[in-house]
Amino acid sequence: MEQENVKVWDTLKRDKEERIGQVKNLVKEGKVVAAKDTVALLEGVIKPGDKVNLEGNNQKQADFLADCLCKVDPKKIYDLHMVQSVIALKSHLDVFEKGIAKKLDYSFSGTQAGRLAEFVKDGKLELGSIHTYLELFARYYADLVPRVALVVAFEADKEGNLYTGFNTEDTPVIVEATAFKQGIVIAQVNKIVDKVTRVDIPAGWIDFVIESPKPFYIEPLFTRDPALITDTQVLMAMMAIKGVYGEYGVQSLNHGLGFFTAAIELLLPTYGEELGLKGKICSYFALNPHPTMIPAIESGWVKNMHCFGGELGMEEYVSARSDVFFIGPDGTLRSNRAYSQAAGHYAMDMFIGGTLQIDKYGNSSTATANRISGFGGAPNMGCDAKGRRHSSEAWLKCGKEYGLQEELIGNLPRGKKLVVQMQETFKEKLEPTFVEELDAWKLQKNANLDMPPIMIYSDDLTHIITEVGIAYVHKCTDMKEKMAAIRAVAGYTEIGMQADEKETEALRKKGIVKTPEDLGIDVSRANRSMLAAKNIKELVEWSGGLYNPPAKFVNW
Amino acid sequence: MALNEMKFEFKAENPKSINKGWSHFGVVGSGDMEILMEKMDLNGSVQVKIVTPVTGFDNVWGMVMEKFIRSSNLGDVYIEINDNNATPVVVSMRLRQALADANKQEEEVDEDA
Repeated sequence: MEQENVKVWDTLKRDKEERIGQVKNLVKEGKVVAAKDTVALLEGVIKPGDKVNLEGNNQKQADFLADCLCKVDPKKIYDLHMVQSVIALKSHLDVFEKGIAKKLDYSFSGTQAGRLAEFVKDGKLELGSIHTYLELFARYYADLVPRVALVVAFEADKEGNLYTGFNTEDTPVIVEATAFKQGIVIAQVNKIVDKVTRVDIPAGWIDFVIESPKPFYIEPLFTRDPALITDTQVLMAMMAIKGVYGEYGVQSLNHGLGFFTAAIELLLPTYGEELGLKGKICSYFALNPHPTMIPAIESGWVKNMHCFGGELGMEEYVSARSDVFFIGPDGTLRSNRAYSQAAGHYAMDMFIGGTLQIDKYGNSSTATANRISGFGGAPNMGCDAKGRRHSSEAWLKCGKEYGLQEELIGNLPRGKKLVVQMQETFKEKLEPTFVEELDAWKLQKNANLDMPPIMIYSDDLTHIITEVGIAYVHKCTDMKEKMAAIRAVAGYTEIGMQADEKETEALRKKGIVKTPEDLGIDVSRANRSMLAAKNIKELVEWSGGLYNPPAKFVNW
Repeated sequence: MALNEMKFEFKAENPKSINKGWSHFGVVGSGDMEILMEKMDLNGSVQVKIVTPVTGFDNVWGMVMEKFIRSSNLGDVYIEINDNNATPVVVSMRLRQALADANKQEEEVDEDA
């Protein structure tokens, strides 16, 4: 009787030992398993219903392990609950098609977004929630602890030390959650070496390492060719620099990806310098190493840049600029998505990025009716960090201008993060940016979501920049005024056509709407000759030959 | 391909002409357009001629031009636009750029050229 009451407190540990015991014969030396034995390894250590993290980052992919997971016997391994940042590869969804996995909690999907929506609709996949990166990482330490993590690194030694190097990205946050909760961690690496370049993940946290037949897949996501930047983008970049960066003295920031922010980056050493803003703006970035940042970095604008991940071709350049980037004793970049997202949320005064649609209330979304693309990191950077307690000039000024401040907290001074959406009023194929109702509502219906996926909510949004002008929407004192400010910069879209000229005039007088003329910008100067580099080749020249662009960007 | 030609005439309040006698802005590249502006005594009106391969958007052009002329109080100018599928975004920017250029002092012209 008494013995039956003894509670066992280490079932997870015993379970792990049992699983590892079953695959002992596959281990050659130290923790090394041969690539050809990977499917058998997975079948040995994974059990039906497990939460499995398959490392799919924004950039690097555990593609070999993903392929092997698709090859396990669905009679043995089924009902897996996948928890992973990104659905990027075909194999990430194939595991659902084959009946190996059942449920998904994730953050972002790019090229697979359409197929993901189909799977949800057809009942092939049970969608948990769509998260931001930081939010998903947080749940790895609460109710989504992975039982097995399948991660990826550049190098491993036989003991299991990993070098994740330039593209460390999500690996540390995944491995820590798994390893310390008695989970099993398997790493695919490009090379098994005698001594790793640098220990990014200590051997004690890793259970198995596999040299994959070919190097892991990585995507150059953040490279924008300056040759494709348009005059309109130059005009909007000039407005952003003068009307927002300069106006508020924005020192710490994150740039979303796209041509608008690429144009801003390339105008810092020209237009920014001309306005006398060097040293007064853009000193600290949470940003991937964008090649279009090279001219600004070379001109001495940037004091500090922490990276979520790497960017193909920027390895040597970044290594040679350790005053700016975070570099290990081995001389290569250490990126880390979790820390960079934390910096983006708490330490940055501004987020600026493009979007797909903005509704008449100022909510914006990148969702379309038939693609579940998710969020990534933008909502964490594109929101007012309510827990922020440190101050800065830009943050305080924005808070001071906030039209609802007194209504919400009385007479207390409090800052506000600048959250800027930058988009032309029409996109390709004449699709309007400003809409009566977001397509996110249609997606909610089509994919049976709890709510429409919103990238940035109107109450966090502070500025909208279009080719017409800037709406300082945070200055508005109610929704009626905010909607008028949005109409005023919505151009010839149906929303914009409803703008009342007298109302717009009044908003301009109050400084809630500013046109390029109001900002003192000579619009006739807005053309590509303002860019510090006009093509990829000029970026290479600025870098002194240290930037090695991927082949698809080389045309000389 | 047949080109679509439109003509409009608008009159703004307190019209003001351009500084330069004649100005040309932009190129007829794909997705772009050129704008010619000529100072002309038109009793304060603005006459507009638009040549474009696009059909079916005549009222949109009319609205864009009317809004542009009214908001800039333009008058006594003849405007000719040669369009090659420019988006409304490009159209409104090019119009404003052309006007800014046309209002520069004559001596600035050489510097720009």
